[in-house]
Amino acid sequence: MKHRLEVTGLEVRMGRSGPDVVRDISFAVPAGEVLGLVGESGSGKTTVALALLGHTRRGLRITAGQVLLDGTDLLALNPRDLRAARGARVSYVPQDPSSALNPTLRVGTQIREVMRVHPGAVASAGDRMAEVMREVRLDPTPEMLRRYPHQLSGGQQQRIALAMAFACRPSLIVLDEPTTGLDVTTQRHVLDTVRSLCRSHGVAAVYVSHDLAVVSGLVSDVAVMYAGRVVEIGPVARLFGEPVHPYTRGLIGAVPSPERAEALTGIDGQQPRPGRRGAGCSFAARCGYAIADCTTIAPEQVTVAGRSVRCLRAQDIQATHPQRLPAVTGPPAVAGTPTLSVRGVTASYGSTPALSGISLEVPPRGCVAVVGESGSGKTTFARCVAGLHSNWTGEITLQGTRLAHGARQRDKDVLRRVQYIFQNPYTSLNPRKTVGQIIDQQLKQFTGLSRRDRSARAVGVLEDVSLGPDFLSRYPDQLSGGERQRVAIARALVVQPELLICDEVTSSLDVSVQAIIVGLLRRIQAERHLAMIFITHNLALVRSIAQSAVVLHQGTVAESGPVEQILEHPANPYTQRLMEDVPKLRPPSSGARASTG
Amino acid sequence: MIVNAPVAPAAQPRHVRRIRRHKRGAMLWSAARTPRGMIGLVLASLVVLVAVIGPFVTPYSPDANAPLALDFAKPSAQFLLGTDVEARDVLSRVLDGGWVLLIMAACATALGIVGGAAAGVSAAYLRGASDGIIMRTVDVILSFPQLVFALLLLSLLGPRLWLITIAVGVSHAPQVARVLRAATLDLSERDFVKAAELQGMRPAKVMWKEILPNLVSPLMVEAGLRLTYSTVIIAGLAFLGFGPPPPAASWGTMINENREGLALNPWAVIVPALLIALLTIGTNTFTDAFARVAIGIDRQPEEAALIENLGQELGK
Repeated sequence: MKHRLEVTGLEVRMGRSGPDVVRDISFAVPAGEVLGLVGESGSGKTTVALALLGHTRRGLRITAGQVLLDGTDLLALNPRDLRAARGARVSYVPQDPSSALNPTLRVGTQIREVMRVHPGAVASAGDRMAEVMREVRLDPTPEMLRRYPHQLSGGQQQRIALAMAFACRPSLIVLDEPTTGLDVTTQRHVLDTVRSLCRSHGVAAVYVSHDLAVVSGLVSDVAVMYAGRVVEIGPVARLFGEPVHPYTRGLIGAVPSPERAEALTGIDGQQPRPGRRGAGCSFAARCGYAIADCTTIAPEQVTVAGRSVRCLRAQDIQATHPQRLPAVTGPPAVAGTPTLSVRGVTASYGSTPALSGISLEVPPRGCVAVVGESGSGKTTFARCVAGLHSNWTGEITLQGTRLAHGARQRDKDVLRRVQYIFQNPYTSLNPRKTVGQIIDQQLKQFTGLSRRDRSARAVGVLEDVSLGPDFLSRYPDQLSGGERQRVAIARALVVQPELLICDEVTSSLDVSVQAIIVGLLRRIQAERHLAMIFITHNLALVRSIAQSAVVLHQGTVAESGPVEQILEHPANPYTQRLMEDVPKLRPPSSGARASTG
Repeated sequence: MIVNAPVAPAAQPRHVRRIRRHKRGAMLWSAARTPRGMIGLVLASLVVLVAVIGPFVTPYSPDANAPLALDFAKPSAQFLLGTDVEARDVLSRVLDGGWVLLIMAACATALGIVGGAAAGVSAAYLRGASDGIIMRTVDVILSFPQLVFALLLLSLLGPRLWLITIAVGVSHAPQVARVLRAATLDLSERDFVKAAELQGMRPAKVMWKEILPNLVSPLMVEAGLRLTYSTVIIAGLAFLGFGPPPPAASWGTMINENREGLALNPWAVIVPALLIALLTIGTNTFTDAFARVAIGIDRQPEEAALIENLGQELGK
């Protein structure tokens, strides 16, 4: 097969001779196909994506390798030729279309501009504009082209970015998580568009993503990156069906599935940063299969079962099958007075309605998932219960007592009993305070304990969230995202609440860390007999934690009931569409040839 | 043969070299190590040294007429910088005339920073009516040039040294309030502030314990900038006659009273003017270096890349 794009031995370093950020990156993409480049944050996937266009972030430098596009090495071009190639032969679709489009230019002008800076690439700009707009399924009407980016939805903005990328009919297109931040339905439409455009124009595409499920439905081949290396690369069905590299196995075990009830298994530890990756395999420290040699010998790529793997023990591991544990169903909710009861809550921001007539009950020891897309009102709902949003009507009762509207009107004991864990652990911890101070402050506000009792409690609660006492003296910016979220959970737990509100607590974390945090929350909920509200946009995650679910749509309850019923037999058309559009990891059977061990 | 060695747990060194921004004064120290910061610090320290040690090493009494001397005598072995309008030794007056300026500038700056920070932070955090009242007041004061506003206050208060200090401090407050309001608006939306509110913390305590510690960098930059302005304004007021009363030496007053002898003994004007200039350039340059460190411009490439990495993570 003739490859449109061939990357060999690509290496990017910090400065001229600093530590490598990515190394030994080699892959090839044939015309009309999409390669998925997946990895967690810090794996170097965006660095590789930018290097394909001969670009690096500030402080980085491409130090070795070739990016052959139809036979010419892009990295060997002089700056003028490289500039001419960018946008015309190689184009880039960034992650966030709202900041990638110029807010002061009409979208038509922006698309035309791409063609104008590459004279000769397009015969007739007007015809091409209409053509490319139709391809991304937007109407090429003058009204549409005269709009400014802020007059378009997020999905439409991303289509405009796609139109700009395809306008000059490039040979290669690099997409850097273009659907992050879009809701699932829009995401599916954008993915369909990308796929059909690549097919019909013979474009080679590299699709960067942290979301394995998104990639599995789109690409033909997938490369898994870890700590700046490609650890496993091969056809998507083989790779996701029967992963060989322990890291790939770990990632796939961590991806929640809306269809199967399985316990999520995370990967402990964290990815080493550039310069701290050691001599051997970077994954050895977190690897369940590691042997002594793994820490000293850097693994070379070997071909096993139809894919390339960078692992010393690939042959041995390939013979074993990853274990998937069935989901442990949580403790059954206890009958009796519900811990939290919400009746007819209607909320608004100023005059904009956000919620109307929400009712639900959280039984003692039960976990209710509140699911919805962005703008569905799920976070507003959580904030009403917590008292962070006070402009609501209706009734919320905690163990039979009515709650005041705002946190300021609630007494200390009520505030203590309802604890809130925020979405983003990067902003929910004060960067100027140590973990010890953060937890101590919570105790000081809510208890009359002595200094010694407080510090004993702090150590105890850190242990509950699997952090050692040495974390007490650390600052939040010395912690990884997962560790920060554990601290936030510890802060909530230390005052022994009755109801825990988790607002998208895993959405800013990597999937392997998400699995660990979800497991932690489950364990804590069972041990401490907590009632819990788990807010999420991720339907797949619901099954791993909640017994019942409430689906919100445009501020109203679309459907509610036990989790199994909602996921398996959704009654509401909106829920049905959501279930259909949610990206799913391909089931192991499809396409993967059974390999005997 | 497989060597029967136990699997070594791959030890990851925990002592990762980090930007030690939390250590008190660490950022000041790293600012001082940049070329820009070094120059600023040296210049400012020189002038401060002159002003502080000066009064103890004056060759003559700074306020008394030098014996057997003429007005505006040229520099000589006897009077190294010559004499001034009343035949006093210029060197002695230069050595003696700085410390009052420094103390007044420092106090005025402290006053302006404290007042401005209190106004700006509470306007931004409390919003509503407090925000309106505080910021409209600030707008009114800002519509006067700072020196004019200080003069206006002085004509109401009177020309005492501590009143001058207060007037200058008050004239700084609105500008400080503007800057800190903007910084606080961003911080108040962070979740850790919401978390404190959910602990039932009183607003004053939230501002003091949660928000203020995160404003250290903008506060330091403002303080440096305001110190520069204080020096200029206080020296300027002394030039206009609002300074230490006549026999006392002061750099601002010296420029004014020796203007007429510029052709005879220019040093009586040049030296105090130069010292004021060096001081303001020094504090301003150092502040600039500090601000650059605070926003990470002068950091090493590796650190810059790590910071960008972090930014990417935050963006997710």
